[in-house]
Amino acid sequence: MYSPHGREFGSWFQLSGAFRLSGAAAAAESRLAGQGGPGFRWGHMRWGRADMNQDPAGRATILEVEDLRTVFDTRDGAIHAVNGISFHLREGELLGIVGESGSGKSVSMMSLLKLVPMPPARIVSGQVRFGGRDILQLPPGDIRRIRGGEIGFIFQDPMTSLNPVFTVGFQLIEPLRKHLGLSRRKARERAVELLELVGIPSADDRLADFPHQFSGGMRQRVMIAIALACDPRLLIADEPTTALDVTIQAQILELIRRLRRELGMSMIWITHDLGVVAGIADRVMVMYGGMVVEHSTVDRLYAEPRHPYTRALLDTLPGTGGMRAVRLNTISGQPPLLDAAPTSCPFAPRCAHAFERCWNENPALRPVAPDRDHLVHDVACWWDVDRGAPRNDA
Amino acid sequence: MFRYAVRRLIFAVPTLLVISFIIFALLDLAPSDPTAQLPLTIPEEVREMIKLSLGLGEPFHIRYVRWLEQFLVNEPLNLIETYWDVRIGDSEQRLRVRSWSTRAPVIDLIAERLPQTLMVVGVSYMVAILIAVPIGVVSAYRQYSIFDQVGTFISMVGFSVPTFFTGTVLIVIFSVMLGWLPSIYDTTHVVEDFDSFIVQVKQMIMPVMVLGLFNAAQLSRFMRSSMLDNLNQEYVRTARAKGMTEPVVVLIHVLRNSMIPVITVIALGLPATFAGAIITEQIFRINGVGQLLIGAIESADIPTVQTVTFIFAILIVMFNLVADLLYGMLDPRIRYD
Repeated sequence: MYSPHGREFGSWFQLSGAFRLSGAAAAAESRLAGQGGPGFRWGHMRWGRADMNQDPAGRATILEVEDLRTVFDTRDGAIHAVNGISFHLREGELLGIVGESGSGKSVSMMSLLKLVPMPPARIVSGQVRFGGRDILQLPPGDIRRIRGGEIGFIFQDPMTSLNPVFTVGFQLIEPLRKHLGLSRRKARERAVELLELVGIPSADDRLADFPHQFSGGMRQRVMIAIALACDPRLLIADEPTTALDVTIQAQILELIRRLRRELGMSMIWITHDLGVVAGIADRVMVMYGGMVVEHSTVDRLYAEPRHPYTRALLDTLPGTGGMRAVRLNTISGQPPLLDAAPTSCPFAPRCAHAFERCWNENPALRPVAPDRDHLVHDVACWWDVDRGAPRNDA
Repeated sequence: MFRYAVRRLIFAVPTLLVISFIIFALLDLAPSDPTAQLPLTIPEEVREMIKLSLGLGEPFHIRYVRWLEQFLVNEPLNLIETYWDVRIGDSEQRLRVRSWSTRAPVIDLIAERLPQTLMVVGVSYMVAILIAVPIGVVSAYRQYSIFDQVGTFISMVGFSVPTFFTGTVLIVIFSVMLGWLPSIYDTTHVVEDFDSFIVQVKQMIMPVMVLGLFNAAQLSRFMRSSMLDNLNQEYVRTARAKGMTEPVVVLIHVLRNSMIPVITVIALGLPATFAGAIITEQIFRINGVGQLLIGAIESADIPTVQTVTFIFAILIVMFNLVADLLYGMLDPRIRYD
């Protein structure tokens, strides 16, 4: 099943890729029939691509983020952590977000619900359309109804994400009573169900236990139960398996797969583990310097990475077959400082293909997949990998 | 928890015995003469006889054991007799710890003065907590705001200026210049109606404020830093991500964690406040336990000094235990068995 080394998934992707292509063909018909489907709810909005919200399976877009920018005002000046990211998510889809530490993955996802500490953070621009509203424009009370109610959050470190002085039951019942207005008894019953759902044995007794009485994996299950408490439409998981050892990681991933099968929920999964994303995601967004540099379906991204950063990232994965390499591959150089809004390609200093234009203009995300395939594949790069030369378009 | 408390109490016995011995030895080493303040016309032989009558003719270890017997056996027996109105053995012949200067039993002297001390010190400590906790919470939640800056300044001043200075300044302003409040605390005043209650409040305001602000300065800093430690914890973000309102996040999730070290500090500070009250009691002429101790030191009244100091020691040891037990009750991660 799951292996932490992404390379092994090559064959597995091909299988699931073929599977999905047939789905795409079927959906092409439904697209013809279903003009003005749910995707057109916000018809007045500007779209990056004409077919962006037309899903092969005809699923509705539930989250649409446009030009999100977050800046941190620190004593040493502004840090431009998120620099205009746009993406969308469909019903039941799992979007993986990968990138190294400091690439803006967590900050951008927390900005969606204004969970970044403000100040020092400032959301400079952007629209987050969810359920027909722009979350960023909502009054605080309405945002709180969405947090935990419609969008659940799972954080990285289960050791510190739970309050040490309250019982697990208290922390699980809190959102149930607030968002669903359940009585004490009903909330307790639901809490037991939730703990059973995430696979915690003798759930009824464990409600009275404190977080320190749980192991790391069990605590992450509790976090997942809290995030799932109010049947959210969207679950955002911020590196939920990073702090866990590999065996527990595999268990948590299996749990997430099962929950998606049973509950059919949309998810955003932030990670820097390419292997994890390969195993569970439908689409992947690669982030670098607070921007999305490449975006595609998981099989296509791993099979045909276009951005030099993605390619370098995949090259750093050690192979599991053949001779062991003498040295692991690395990406030389440092991640960008982000002390100003980007005016050039943030990856240029570390890029082998960088040429003059990369230093003068920041490339926008543009589709590269051939139109006839109806595939999603966007890359923000001036270099054309196929021709091995700079792109000659404007 | 109960077994832990019992074990700690048993271990406190040898600790307290050692402390009592050290106090006794230190006082004995001090070059003091209980007859020094008597008129110079008293001849040397009479002074010697007075000293003998006070028990100073006995060797050191005999005097120590006699004091122990009087304090640990005779005084509790006397307490039991007066409380339940019974007679145990030969109570007339039983020796009590008596003050050398007044010849009255020290325990009775303390019992006379304790209400005043508890009234002023106890109320001031409650005032300190009531001021410090909200200030600490707000300054941490609005870190570097105007409120925080002013609060930091005031607590720095309150912490660094000694009580004998603030007390005197308050007396000069409110008693001498404005004439609003009495400068002397009248311990004989009895509250029986609303007017006498107002008089009591007026005479308490200054000593309570002097002591209260001094303690509040320290406690509010503790509260602030403890809140700041917790506000950045990840569970706070989890609580917000669950959609909890800010009052719930701050006053339930964060405050409950932040109170753990602060409550320990409060418990540990309680006995110290009895000692700190010595100066404040002196300034406002409060006839309390602190003043009893100071007076006894001045007149070389060794049994009173020994007994009052040892009671402080007992309080400190007990409140250490209370602090540890409270810590265990507040923090579920701490288990004592």
